[in-house]
Amino acid sequence: MTERLKIENLYKVFAKDPARALQILASGGDKNQVFEKLGQVVGLNGVSLSVPSGAMYMVMGLSGSGKSTLARCINRLNEPSAGRILLDGQDIVPLDEAALRHVRRTRISMVFQHFALLPNKRVIENVEFGLKLRGVSAPERRRRAEEVLSVVGLARWAYHRPHELSGGMRQRVGLARALATDADILIMDEAFSALDPLIRTEMQDELLRLQSTLNKTVLFITHDFQEALKLGTRIAIMSEGRLVREGTPQSIVLEPGSEYVAAFTREVDRARLFDARSVMSEPATLWRGKDGIVVGEAAGGPGFLLDGQERVMGSVSDAQIVHARQTGEAPALEPEHVCVAGSTKLVDVARHYRPGLPIGVVDEGGKLVGVLGVAQMLARIANAPAPQDGSAP
Amino acid sequence: MIDADSLAIFPIDQWIQDGVRWVALNLRPLFLAIKWPVENLLGFNDHILHATPFPVVVALTLLLAWRLASVGIAAFSAISLIAIAMLGVWNEAMTTLSLITTAILFCALIGVPIGIWCARSDRVWSIVRPILDIMQTTPTFVYLVPVVMLFGVGTVPGEVAVVTAAAPPLIRFTNLGIRMVEHEIVEAGLAFGADRRQLLWEIQLPLAIPTILGGLNQTVLTAMVMSVVVAMIGAEGLGLVVLQGLGRLDVGRAAVGGIAIVLLAMMLDRITQKMAEPKSKGASPLLEAVRHLLRGRTVGDRFTEETIPAAAKQPV
Ligand SMILES: Nc1ncnc2c1ncn2[C@@H]1O[C@H](COP(=O)(O)OP(=O)(O)OP(=O)(O)O)[C@@H](O)[C@H]1O
Ligand SMILES: [Mg+2]
Repeated sequence: MTERLKIENLYKVFAKDPARALQILASGGDKNQVFEKLGQVVGLNGVSLSVPSGAMYMVMGLSGSGKSTLARCINRLNEPSAGRILLDGQDIVPLDEAALRHVRRTRISMVFQHFALLPNKRVIENVEFGLKLRGVSAPERRRRAEEVLSVVGLARWAYHRPHELSGGMRQRVGLARALATDADILIMDEAFSALDPLIRTEMQDELLRLQSTLNKTVLFITHDFQEALKLGTRIAIMSEGRLVREGTPQSIVLEPGSEYVAAFTREVDRARLFDARSVMSEPATLWRGKDGIVVGEAAGGPGFLLDGQERVMGSVSDAQIVHARQTGEAPALEPEHVCVAGSTKLVDVARHYRPGLPIGVVDEGGKLVGVLGVAQMLARIANAPAPQDGSAP
Repeated sequence: MIDADSLAIFPIDQWIQDGVRWVALNLRPLFLAIKWPVENLLGFNDHILHATPFPVVVALTLLLAWRLASVGIAAFSAISLIAIAMLGVWNEAMTTLSLITTAILFCALIGVPIGIWCARSDRVWSIVRPILDIMQTTPTFVYLVPVVMLFGVGTVPGEVAVVTAAAPPLIRFTNLGIRMVEHEIVEAGLAFGADRRQLLWEIQLPLAIPTILGGLNQTVLTAMVMSVVVAMIGAEGLGLVVLQGLGRLDVGRAAVGGIAIVLLAMMLDRITQKMAEPKSKGASPLLEAVRHLLRGRTVGDRFTEETIPAAAKQPV
């Protein structure tokens, strides 16, 4: 994946002349020090991050941590005090007004927390808004707006006014307006925060559905860690204007790195977050014969009999392995076994679990790539260190 | 003890008179330039209103009030006009109406752009605001002094006074209306790449229209009051009827003028007030009103409900 948006050392101080504040920050001062010394508010304090094309990049943090400031700097609704914002390698911070307008009209669009629809215009006119600003002809933009409205499932509401729609539907209009311009970067600042929980879940699913076909680069601001986990391919966590942790959802929950981040991860439903791949261990060879090999957990237990291409032929019980090792005879094969894909979440692995049978992780070709120990899975779900000996305490 | 009058050692009245005389003499072209469009437009309006036959005026008012406001207000307006005619001051009322309509036009032409300018620049607003404060706290009566000195007496100088007095509310409300537009919506405009002109025409003005129309209502009322007061500097119209009545101690005549003024004022107030009232949430009343006029039926929300009934049943 190529890099679409890259932010380098971005600072934002809310002041006419940020020079002194920047000096304090550069010499290691933080947001509070600047406020004490100068009375100026720091929005961003040296943020660097990189958003790959097609990512769902979540920016998350407590209130006042600078999330919105970051989002608004990217289309320069907030003017950065220092730093670079590279859009496909081109810095947009020094752009003049006309060039900036061009970027806003064609490259970056935005979805707002409170929808920000024009109350005096009909739904379809709201969707056309960006195209109208760009000077697209009336029939052309009407055609495009109709297209986008049907994508978000609101075709029948085109000639209504926003106030006749429910919150969720209004935000769909907001989304449609952002999609209509064909901008490849979508900034969504708390786009679902004003919706009630059920509608919110529905909109999250809708966004995931849209994203699977549209493949936009989305920068999504939220203060809800569950939302970040559900939608995000990567998550950046902010505190006091700084980026304190960045990574994939699983890696952040696995290694929060600080108490601030750990506090968010505590309530996370790990069984739904982690997948088989993240817990599996390398298969250890337990027995080797001329028809194939038996692999399983190094700690023992039942194993799999593999053919020459490392494909699973069946399972072998604990006792049979011991027997085969002692006598050298081929172990008796049982056709029943449990195998899952690497992306299967632990909660679903648990559904497949059968006592006495080993759990394997296979790739698309049916090749065994790892084995799952029950103890390891439970430890991961409980957020405890994985047991080394393979047996539960 | 010191006597208050003994402090009046400076001939301030003399100075002011000299100053104004100097201004009137040296800036004469400026005042002529101001006077010229006022004189012409006023003459035109006055001519039209007097030339139009009485029943036509009543009928047009009825139609206009019905479309812009409501049936009730239309009926009230028609009855008011007929009553004014019955009072025997129809011609004077038309003169006053021409003073007011001309003033509305000038106020809109001057006030709205100034209001927009104020809304876009805090510096401009900080200069204009105290001027408006002074203008609006000054008794209407006091306006007459500089106007007479600079423009002389008569109906046209009277009209200048009317415009000057009536413009401030419109400037104020236009500024307020634009500044009150929801911040997030303005940002949405910017985020989608609106330039300043598009921001104004696509977002700020349409959303400020209800407030601006509220200002228009205030302007109309101020113009009404002022059009009566300027009778004192020789402007014609209903004000003159009252003034003459008082001068001749003819209470009946003065009362007739007064009643006609009240009727006209109520009519104009009701119509403009109704225009400023949003008809349906979110729809701007002026646009809606214009549509009513053009299509001759209620458009707005009824239109969509008739044509797309199934839409209402779609689940969220
Ligand atoms: N226009 C502004 N002028 C001055 N300070 C501002 C401005 N906008 C934001 N700030 C300050 O910048 C800091 C970051 O604000 P920001 O809105 O980015 O926070 P946030 O993470 O989006 O919070 P929330 O979750 O409440 O939206 C805060 O301390 C805020 O007070
Ligand atoms: Mg915010």
